[in-house]
Amino acid sequence: MVAYIVRRLVLAVMTVWAISVLSFMIIHLPPGDYVTSYIASMSASGSAVSEGEAEALREQLGLNQPITVQYAKWMGLIMTGNFGMAMEWGRPVADVIGDRLTLTMIISVAAIVFTWGIALPIGIYSAVKPYSFLDYAFTLIGFIGLAIPGFLLALVVMYIGFAYFGANVGGLFSPDFAEAPWSWAKAWDLIKHLPIPAIVLGVAGTAQLIRIMRSNLLDELRKPYVMTARARGLSEYKVIMRYPVRVALNPFISTIGYLLPYVVSGSIIVSLVLSLPTVGPLLLKALIAQDMFLAGTIILLLGVMTVIGTFISDLLLMWVDPRIRLGRE
Amino acid sequence: MAEHAVALEAGVVAEDRLAVATQWQLIWWRFRKHKLAVGGTLVLVAFYVVSLFADFFAYVDPTESEAQRSLIAPQAIHWFDEGKFQPYVHPLKGMRDPKTFKRVYAPDLSTKVPVTFFGHGEPYKLFGLIPTDRHLFAVEGAKPSETLFLLGTDTHGRDLWSRLMYATRTSMTIGLVSVALSLVLGVVLGGISGYFGGAIDSVIQRIIEILRSIPTIPLWMGLAAALPADWSVVQVYFAITIIISLIGWTELARVVRGRFISLKQEDFVMAAELVGCSKARIIFRHMVPSFVSHIIAATTLAIPAIIISETSLSFLGLGLRPPAISWGVLLQDAQNIQALVISPWLLFPAVAVIVAVLAFNFMGDGIRDAADPYL
Repeated sequence: MVAYIVRRLVLAVMTVWAISVLSFMIIHLPPGDYVTSYIASMSASGSAVSEGEAEALREQLGLNQPITVQYAKWMGLIMTGNFGMAMEWGRPVADVIGDRLTLTMIISVAAIVFTWGIALPIGIYSAVKPYSFLDYAFTLIGFIGLAIPGFLLALVVMYIGFAYFGANVGGLFSPDFAEAPWSWAKAWDLIKHLPIPAIVLGVAGTAQLIRIMRSNLLDELRKPYVMTARARGLSEYKVIMRYPVRVALNPFISTIGYLLPYVVSGSIIVSLVLSLPTVGPLLLKALIAQDMFLAGTIILLLGVMTVIGTFISDLLLMWVDPRIRLGRE
Repeated sequence: MAEHAVALEAGVVAEDRLAVATQWQLIWWRFRKHKLAVGGTLVLVAFYVVSLFADFFAYVDPTESEAQRSLIAPQAIHWFDEGKFQPYVHPLKGMRDPKTFKRVYAPDLSTKVPVTFFGHGEPYKLFGLIPTDRHLFAVEGAKPSETLFLLGTDTHGRDLWSRLMYATRTSMTIGLVSVALSLVLGVVLGGISGYFGGAIDSVIQRIIEILRSIPTIPLWMGLAAALPADWSVVQVYFAITIIISLIGWTELARVVRGRFISLKQEDFVMAAELVGCSKARIIFRHMVPSFVSHIIAATTLAIPAIIISETSLSFLGLGLRPPAISWGVLLQDAQNIQALVISPWLLFPAVAVIVAVLAFNFMGDGIRDAADPYL
């Protein structure tokens, strides 16, 4: 058990390191730096920046040092919880991202809860009554759900909201609460706005999970011990729920590892369409403005959050599955 | 009695047929039974025919813009003229609404412009070689760019039908090119991982796990945003395919590795080893043929994810950029909800995306089920 945790932990740390290098590299790939694009935007609006000023700005931001030094400095700052300055905003990165990152994670978790909540009963139903009308109906809906990219679904939801209900279904808060400090009323407002993004984000994952659950449970239900249980007169509910479902449940937890990165990924792009105050719109803006600290930090923090989520799911899996807990896989 | 004997004989013949059939025949017979998969395959064939002959299916230059024709709604074709099959359209007259200043279009009901199939239109070169001016749709006695709007026009007055044809070419081929790159990476790394095992296997597996636990879209966005703004359409196209395939190979590698590991224990592989076959011969002559069908299935199932990736990136403005035309680029126009409510036909390319992705999924599922004909 300890070996399992240690192995998972080492993998998590390695992943975080890989993400940090990747995000730092991405920021440095484009030719030019923040100062170049700053000058471009300044001259577009009519004011010129002199060579000297540009050099001073580079000096101040540490942009003229070798790349490895910049990476080391960046990592050093991050280790101490200092994420640097978001240049375009002129505020610390932590300030700009803070709430938005939390909201990204809240939406992702809500989407996963939705995915589970829907996939579990439907998966069980489809396996218990295979080839029934509803089983086919769910399979078809699932296929379509898989085929529609999140942002398209978001567009369609927005369109229906606008065209038929005349309401903006995007956003996470009512206008009254958008700028308000956190309170119970605001949290409740958030919960009321969560279902649409959660459903939009969760649909594709739900479709996949239903199929996994259905086939696993079908395999399990064909095993002799299920027949034995039935022969001994256990109620049908117990026959199904007591063991087969428990066994078939494994992939639910082990898929968080893949589901979470997938959902977090999706939330970025869906947020842009639904205009959710997550890190998605911020990341796009930062990338276009070549604001390296901001974009790098967002990619890094998203990655780290995902790794932590995956690690938690590994621990959960250990708790649910005695085969892992007892060190036999 | 006689009937029974005939039925019995037919059964024997069927069994004989099964016994002598090659593996590919068996796969094909099983695949054929999967109706959805066959349907999906036909749809995909149609999509690729469109990609191949995009300039024939389009009837105007997809980049030709004209502010006087912006946001025309899809036009109704009248199929019958006085009881005879003679498709025609009414030419449209554009004007400004005096109250809202919106451009509105009214059909000129007094004139009819006949629509013909395989008629003459704008000249182009088929496959870039054969000069011709035949198009699927043509109009008689008028310029198609001024009269025919099968799917309406976008804000710049560009014909959506013609743009969709070219977009299909880009989006469908980007899937193929990326998947080919992923396939090479996946087969080589997955094969090494599965065949040699040990330390190499662990390293490759860890790399795959790390790649899979990274949220991909922010990563793509970062990589795509890093592409220089002055690159040509072709350069961006290949850069995007490489970016997408760099992350897409992991699933294929996993499938290949799994196959290698399970095949390594088969008797025929051991027999080949004992006879003294070289490693290359064992891999390519004995092992690969027995899981090619699985690789084809995994590849088919990887394409839709790639198409969705390209569409998403281009939709964000980080993928292909105009003047390139892809489904994602077309959908950029649909970003603005207010605009979409006024002109919902801008969302039409989404239908193409969904149909293509569904068709690939159905076909891939069918191939996967048929890949093990002995089951």
